[in-house]
Amino acid sequence: MKSAKSFGKTGLQDWILQRISAVILSFYCFFLLGYLLQHHPIHYHHWHTLFTHEWMRIFSLAALLSLLLHAWIGLWTITTDYLKAEWLRRFAQLSILAMFVIHFLWGIAILWGSH
Amino acid sequence: MKKTPTPPIHLNFLAIHFPLTAWVSIAHRLSGLWLFLLIPYVLWALEQSLFSAYTFRRLKGFLEQPFFKIILLSFLAALCYHVVAGLRHLLMDVGVGVTKTKSTASAALTLMIALFIFLGLVYRFIG
Repeated sequence: MKSAKSFGKTGLQDWILQRISAVILSFYCFFLLGYLLQHHPIHYHHWHTLFTHEWMRIFSLAALLSLLLHAWIGLWTITTDYLKAEWLRRFAQLSILAMFVIHFLWGIAILWGSH
Repeated sequence: MKKTPTPPIHLNFLAIHFPLTAWVSIAHRLSGLWLFLLIPYVLWALEQSLFSAYTFRRLKGFLEQPFFKIILLSFLAALCYHVVAGLRHLLMDVGVGVTKTKSTASAALTLMIALFIFLGLVYRFIG
């Protein structure tokens, strides 16, 4: 058996990446919550303008990257714990990774596609 | 000759008592799994909300329908819970509240704070 790791070189790296991404994600959640509370009820104009700022796009992309990394480490743990048949686990993990690549590209298209 | 006790092979999960901390941990995993499954829906909603004023209004209309509303509520509940339980994890990582009594108390507190924030969000944005 190879060493227990999902993304980083070691389990410890995974553990640290899981926490850094968690902190970025919680900042993003609290930021959006604060914005929505200030601009309630939200109109298209405000919402759209927010996402035309380059810093917001980069912040959102960082959150999306953190989300995919965070979810991958979590899903790797869950599939390794519960899917005992190797072919099934491999299949599930490869499907999840493929989905994440698509989501990442889709996210870029959403963030930089709107004008 | 003394007989060595045999370990139970078939675990009866109904008979096993899970402490509150175990429930909070399992729920963290389950809420994370649910949030993962909702990623494409959240991206779709973001896309609709940014594409045009028309798709923005249409999305708001969708979210009034029972099916989408239930998904939205389950998303908010899972998110509130996952973030609060995750912050508890981070605090315990740096050594806050690691004793048995304190971790049981913080598990109960996690449930209460998550419920409080969830109800607050529903009241402010959906209710």
